[in-house]
Formats: sequence, C-alpha cells, structure tokens
Amino acid sequence: MKKFDKERLLLGIAAPLLAIVAAFLVTAVVLVATGKEPFSAFGIMFDYGMKSDSQVYILNKATTYYLAGLAVAVGFRMNLFNIGVDGQYRLAAFFAAALGGALTLPGFLQIPLIILTAMIVGAMWAGIAGVLKVTRGVSEVVSTIMLNMIATAIIGYLLQDGRLGQLDSAGTKVSTKPLPESSHFFVFPTVPDQVWGFIVVAALAGVAYWFILSRTRFGFDLRTVGQSESAADASGVNVKKMIITSMLISGLVAGLVGMPTLLNDSFEYGGDFPTGIGFTGIAIALLGRNHPVGIALGALLWGFLERGSGKLEFEGYDREIVGVIQGVIVLSVVIAYEVVRRYGLKRQQRQVGEKLAAQAKNSKKQEVSA
Amino acid sequence: MRRVSKIAAASIATAALAFTATACGESSTGSSSSSESGGKLKIGMAYDVGGRGDNSFNDSAARGLDKAKAELGAETKELTAKNGETPADREQRLSQLAESGYNPILAVGFAYKESVDKVAKKHPNVTFGLVDSVSDVKNVNNIVFTEEQGSYLAGVAAALKSKSGEVGFIGAVDNPLIKKFAAGFQQGAKETDSKVEVTIQYLGTGQDTSGFSSPDKGKAAAKGMLDKGIDVVYTAAGGSGAGAIEAVAGKKGAWAIGVDSDQAKDPSLSKYKASILTSVVKNVDAGVFDLAKSVKDGKPRTGTTTYSLAENGVTLTTTGDHLKDIQAKLDEAKKKIVDGAIKVKSTL
Repeated sequence: MKKFDKERLLLGIAAPLLAIVAAFLVTAVVLVATGKEPFSAFGIMFDYGMKSDSQVYILNKATTYYLAGLAVAVGFRMNLFNIGVDGQYRLAAFFAAALGGALTLPGFLQIPLIILTAMIVGAMWAGIAGVLKVTRGVSEVVSTIMLNMIATAIIGYLLQDGRLGQLDSAGTKVSTKPLPESSHFFVFPTVPDQVWGFIVVAALAGVAYWFILSRTRFGFDLRTVGQSESAADASGVNVKKMIITSMLISGLVAGLVGMPTLLNDSFEYGGDFPTGIGFTGIAIALLGRNHPVGIALGALLWGFLERGSGKLEFEGYDREIVGVIQGVIVLSVVIAYEVVRRYGLKRQQRQVGEKLAAQAKNSKKQEVSA
Repeated sequence: MRRVSKIAAASIATAALAFTATACGESSTGSSSSSESGGKLKIGMAYDVGGRGDNSFNDSAARGLDKAKAELGAETKELTAKNGETPADREQRLSQLAESGYNPILAVGFAYKESVDKVAKKHPNVTFGLVDSVSDVKNVNNIVFTEEQGSYLAGVAAALKSKSGEVGFIGAVDNPLIKKFAAGFQQGAKETDSKVEVTIQYLGTGQDTSGFSSPDKGKAAAKGMLDKGIDVVYTAAGGSGAGAIEAVAGKKGAWAIGVDSDQAKDPSLSKYKASILTSVVKNVDAGVFDLAKSVKDGKPRTGTTTYSLAENGVTLTTTGDHLKDIQAKLDEAKKKIVDGAIKVKSTL
C-alpha cells in the first residue's frame, strides 16, 4: 500500500486542466482577432451541448471516436504508429456491410457475424503493415498510409453498380445492399433521440483494453517492448511476434470503428459513409494519454465540440473555429503533459535529495554519538 | 489500493455514461419552434462539402439563393457540410433550420438523402428541397437534372470540333453522378462521328473526392491527354477544372469544355476564354429559386422536378461564339433529345 499522495493527484489533474484552459484562451484570442465576442461563443456551445438531444448526439459520436482512439492507443503503447486505422475501419465496414446485405440470417447470428467480419478484415489489413515491418523493416507509418490509399481504391473498385454496390433510384448514389431489419443493432429508447446500443460494445472494448494491457503477461510484454525493444528482447520477449500481434489487435479494434455507424445508423456502406475517423482517433488517443478512461473523456469532449460547431455556425460564427479549438487542445495536451512531467521529475529529484540529505545528517549524528 | 481505485474510476465513468444516457435536461428541439414568422420567407440552405465559393455546384445553388433574396425579399441562412460527416451531422443541420422556422429548406447534394427522409417526416409543415437525389417523403421537392443530356451536346460539339479525332473526359471521381456526365459525353461524341475516340479519366476513386478541388491533378490529367493527341477536353471536376482549362489553353488549337457554370465568364478563367469552347451548365439556381417562389406563393412544390434539356435545366453556353459554325447541328441534336428520338444513357 502506497501512501496517498495528494500532490501527485493534483499533478495528474493539472495537465489536462491546463491544456483545456490554454486551448480556450487561445481560441478566445482567435475569436477576438476575427472581431467576435469569445465568451458568448463558449456560452452558446455549453448551453447547446447540455440539451438532451445534444447529449445523445455526443454519446453516439463518442462511441465511434472511442473505438478509434482505442485502436490507435494499442499501437501507441507499443511505440507503433498505426496511421492506417482509417483505411482499416473503412475496408472492414465495407466488407461487413456487403456481407450483411447479402445474408438474411436471424439477427442473433448475423450481427455477430457482421462484427466478426469487420474485425477480421481490419486485423488482416493492419497485419500487412506488421508483417512488412518485421520481415522487411518497412516503417509502419509509411506502409499504413499507403494501405489507406489502397483501401480507398479497393472500395472504389468494388463499390460500383453491378459489383458489390447498387445504384439508388435517382442514379446518384451507390451503396451496398442495405442490411435487413433483423441486423439492426439495439438502441436505448431515450427521448427525443436514441442512444446507440453499440456504446455497450465500446465500453466492453475499453474494459478489455484495460485488462489486457495492465493485468496480463501479454500486456506487460507489450508495454515493455514499447519502452525499450532491446530490454524486452534481452528479457526474453519475442519482439517480432509482439509487433505483429499488436498490429493485429489494433486492426481488430479498428474494424469495430465503423460498426456503430453501420449497425445503428446508416445500415449500408455508401458514398456518404464517414471517412477520416482514423485520424480523429489519433488525436483522441493523444488526448486520453492512451488510458481507457482518458480516451473516453477525450472522445466525449470531441463529440461535444463537434456538436457545438454546428450550433456556432448557425449563430453566425465561423465553423472553422471548432477546428481551431480541437487542434489547440491536442497541442496543449502534449505540451502540458510534458511541462507537468518535467515539473514532477524535478519535484521527485528534490524529494529524493532531501531524503538523502536527511539520512546523511542522521548517520552523521550517529557517528558523532558513537 | 491502485487496483481498487482503477476499477472504481472505470465504474464511475461507466455510470456517468449511463446517467447521461438518460438525458437529463430539456431538449433543444422543444424550445424554439416558431415557424411562420409573419409571412416573411425564410430560406434555409444546407450546402454540400465545399459550400459557397466552390466555383461549381454549390455556387450555382448560391446564385439561386441570392436571386431569391433579392427578388422575393427572403431571409436566408446558409450552413455547409464538412468532410467526414455522419448522417447525424446532416440531420442536425437540417433540424436546426427547421426548428428555427426556415421554410423552405434546401439540401444540396445527394448525401443529404437519408437525412432529408428523417427530418422531413418530423417537420411535415416545412417544405424541403433535395438536389440530386429522390426522397419519397411527401413534403419534399426532389430537384434533379439530366446532366447526361447536356453532356451529350458537349460530346456532339467535341466530335465536330476535334481535328485529331480524339476527345477526352476528365471526371473528379468515378461516382454515379460524374459517370452520368461521362456517359452522355461519350454517347454524343460517338453518335456524331463513330470514328471519334473517347478517353475517359477520373482524378480519384470511391470516396476520395479530392478530385473536386485539385487544380494540379486536373492540369496533369489534361496535359497527359494533350500529349496523346487529344484536342478537346471536357472536365467535370469542380475546382480541378481550372487546372485542366489552363493546360488546354497552353496548346494551340485545343479546346476545353467547362462545367456547372459558364467558365469563360469566371473571373479567374476568363483569360483563357479563347480556348473555352463552351460550358455545360446545370442550373441548380433555377431549381432553388423556383422552389422558393412556390413556397412564397403559398403553393409549395413537392414531388420530383426534373430539370432537363427541354426546360433548359441543363444548357450549353455560347460565350465567345465558338459554337457558331456548328450551332445548327447542336440544335438538331437537342431537338432529337427533347422529342425523344435520342435516348441518352445515364450510365456507362
């Protein structure tokens, strides 16, 4: 049992708080510079964000973002930069949607089948980057970015009328065959809008992430490799195997990213399926410091900001302002953590120094008395 | 201790999620439903990605809005989509407009289809205009265009004007809407002169819509075509078209065909107008204005309105009089399409 350290807790809270305050200050300056009154803008965002339908929107958005954040965080913990979550989730959602549209099994069979397909496709796509890194030494940053483009091209090729897609009646939108009613995921019957049931899956994924990383041998190995490959190698961890496995896990989670949208909202993969969530996931993983609870808070904050951006635009503000807030928050988080970490390190050194000095004093006294 | 506190933290977070899920507090929808604000026309406009200022599709809608503002004295509100949106974002945009009393509300772009379906059902007293797609909800006016017919005429003009017998089409992305342009162009060129060779090229695939806003890609594609001996290039790629036109203008005797608005009159492109043969214009502005007017007159238009060649919903521009020598043949082709003697395909 460690003694409860009040100051350490304070330091822990200080970093994110500092970041958010700094972000709002910078945004306020930007707003003033564009000739707008900053505090009414924040007021609008908070007022609107607290409405019940906004809460539902934020939760639903955060469900997707949380999964994206987790997928990226798995790699981060191991010093792997999986930039390819974007391609992985799109390819996964596309094939899952195509399969789901083609089958009409009972829901309790089909829904898990769709989710499983998505996870496997995501894992395989990420696995390519893992194998390339281990066997040919290709940086996963480069290979995953390229795999994103290849995923776009594959989807573009297959999502055509007569292949895996079908044209709508107006002849302007091509999408996969819609999922049968039985494959729609459950929703919480909240009023006026419904909370997507997939939030439960996201929460479970978060618990699994926490458990595997901090309570299993595998998680320990993974974190060790992340901190020092050579040390991990020396202590008998198979680094190559770990790289491939963690890319696969990252891809498995990435496969889930498109599922809330597919199973709770769009029920098909079409030309309007959201893109770019993988990159949002990187920001959210950074924001949450790869911690399951932190990522959840980051995802909720992101959802809140996006909800607010729609309202701000409506009230005559430039909607880009929210993009500025988001960017500044991520930057401030990174900087704030570094500042707090350095301060903590100094404080620790000082404490150790004081202890040593006290010990030296004591021993001197003893010597004298002896 | 640490383990317990972590589990506690995790469960508190879960509980917090669960509590917010029960959605305490009032809804933003109930508070502000003050539609019918004293007879003044309030037009809500939801643009597709790019918004006002894209020199293309959205701008055409914006022109209609400006006209309605000037001639009908309408109050307007313009909102724009961003990249990577979910249907929920588009729904939010339309709902906000509906709840603030805007009527009619125009959704520009086929991506709004699902959102219009949902929001229009919730607001049966508001008229929605959906551009480029078809919704079955009864208070929706679907505004669709026969892009393939206008492109057919462009194909006729290209085939007649080409000296090398090779013409090219550059599309922003290989989606169904752009393929309508390509299909019409190819058919028009081939039916005018079966020996004409038509090359079709896209700047992007699938959801990679960067081809709508990359003049560099347009320029490179057009250069490639010119190098192969193609001497008429039709570009349907939004902002990328500027690059293609620039490249074509650099080669003597080659023609560019523009799209969506009269690009020979575009301030940034007018210096190339000697090389711009014509532009295939899609009159989204007419669709927007007509719907606004019908609401103003108390007879909101619903159902599907097709703006075809017959109603001048799609037209060829004649700035610079480059078409003078072939105008008779174009008029003949147009008449055949309007009469139904020529059926233009909308798919390749």
